[in-house]
Amino acid sequence: MSDIKVDFKAVQHIAKLSRLAINEQQAQEYTNQLNQILGLFDKISNLSTEGIEPLVTPTEIEIFWREDIAENNYSSEEMVANAPSQQGSLFKVPPVV
Amino acid sequence: MNITFSSFREISEAIKTKKVSAVEVTKHFLDRIQLLDTKLNSFITLNENAIQQAQNIDDQIKAGDVLGPLAGIPFGIKDMLCTKNLRTTAGSKILENFIPPYDSTVVKKLKNSGAVILGKLNQDEFAMGSSNETSFFGPVKNPWNPEYVPGGSSGGSAAAQAARLVAGTIGTDTGGSIRQPASFCGVVGVKPTYGRVSRYGIIAYASSLDQAGPMTSNVEDAALALEMICGHDPMDGTSSQKVIPRWSADLKADVKGLRIGILEEALKSGLDSDVEKTVQNSIEAFKKMGAEIIPISLSLIEYSIPVYYLIAASEASSNLARYDGVRFGFRAEMQETATSLDDFYSITRGQGFGSESKRRIMIGTFCLSSGYHEEYYVKACKVRRLIKNQYDEAYKKCDIILSPVAATPAFKLGDRISNPLAMYLNDLYTTSANLAGLPSISIPFGLSKNRLPIGIQLTAQAFEEQKLLNAGFALEKASIIGKEKPYVI
Repeated sequence: MSDIKVDFKAVQHIAKLSRLAINEQQAQEYTNQLNQILGLFDKISNLSTEGIEPLVTPTEIEIFWREDIAENNYSSEEMVANAPSQQGSLFKVPPVV
Repeated sequence: MNITFSSFREISEAIKTKKVSAVEVTKHFLDRIQLLDTKLNSFITLNENAIQQAQNIDDQIKAGDVLGPLAGIPFGIKDMLCTKNLRTTAGSKILENFIPPYDSTVVKKLKNSGAVILGKLNQDEFAMGSSNETSFFGPVKNPWNPEYVPGGSSGGSAAAQAARLVAGTIGTDTGGSIRQPASFCGVVGVKPTYGRVSRYGIIAYASSLDQAGPMTSNVEDAALALEMICGHDPMDGTSSQKVIPRWSADLKADVKGLRIGILEEALKSGLDSDVEKTVQNSIEAFKKMGAEIIPISLSLIEYSIPVYYLIAASEASSNLARYDGVRFGFRAEMQETATSLDDFYSITRGQGFGSESKRRIMIGTFCLSSGYHEEYYVKACKVRRLIKNQYDEAYKKCDIILSPVAATPAFKLGDRISNPLAMYLNDLYTTSANLAGLPSISIPFGLSKNRLPIGIQLTAQAFEEQKLLNAGFALEKASIIGKEKPYVI
């Protein structure tokens, strides 16, 4: 893991996967910063974690169930009110291909 | 009655016995905001209905209704928590105009207990930051010295509380975002056990770490506010069903025989001399009050920064995928001619997110991507369990772990913002409590030579908030901060 570093091209690829448009200057800056940060992450690669289960939810939460009942809490007008563009109760987007 | 410095209990009693009206109390704090917040920039949005909310409380009192313990208490809310019909931005351009159609459970519970919402408080963008400098709405100034940061990400909450622009505030804590600004601004800040407070309606940053909690002027207020916002919520799948004890009623400053574990790694790590002195003074104070002092080692604490940032960024990259410029939030100007779907998303997100959010989305995307997922994300989750195991071992020897909140008092605006790595290292002592899901509190205890507050962090086992609050309550009584005031007051 300690060998993994990202170059300029890899950062552009990560930005594409992240759906973030960044310019070349930003990509260069992020390349430097991401390498520094990944260097910090490399610290954990030397720790032995054999037989250790990953921990995701840190406290023991009792599982609970609720009925899956459809509720009508909001009007469609309320639901589209925050859209950058709307028409009636519909979300409006520019033509995309 | 001096409303500015009164406790929740005092204000609420005065309102219920009609010595002062809820409207007068609300107006008092709105006047303070008007007068002082131009110096601090702690509020993003004021609630135009605050006086109406207070009027409703007064009307209910007149009608003889029984009101909640926070009746008429004016609160400021971090802008991560959705408030119905009141703009909620998460400190981001991408949510600059977002008006939620519903209240987060925390806000709903506060309102149900009688609290009045004064407005929404500034913060680092999506709670990603330790200085409040990543906010789209500009940095917040520290009320003790305007050249210094208030800490972050709940910087607006800490500053507004320290300057008493509000009676109480709510912050959120993913890796220290309540405790570190509380320390930097000299207020009490509580991060509850993971699962105590519903995350429903709190803008998601890192869902396995996020918890909301009170930031107040004293421990008693914190205990009461915490009691009001906790509790099971079917709308949050990680919400605990445990009964909420009456922390405020059972608050006792008795620490005789309580075993206080002192985090050895912190004392050996080259702390700022004022912080070190404050830690030593707090140990002495506990000794004097009859607590048992036990050295404790958490050798893995140095790994908590990489584990935290790896997990938080991974979860953030997934949580922030929802900002696509279609259903809500910012959309970049687009030509009316056909564009590619990827460009539609990417241009909007590229312009809508600030640089720290973009950095963390990219780190997370990388750590979760095919080929790296096992080596980074899964590995971090395994080390997370090792850290939690070490805490479990430590709590066989002690009841509470004492450490500094941060290695230094507040730093100057602009000092660390250009170096993300240096900024991340601020969080060395706070992130592990989030990784292990433990309740943790920052108690204002010392002042630096430059007259900046320094907090002490106490951390307890999961669901042991009473022990934590009691220890904090005792420590607070030995603190020098209560007698000192920030310059803005």
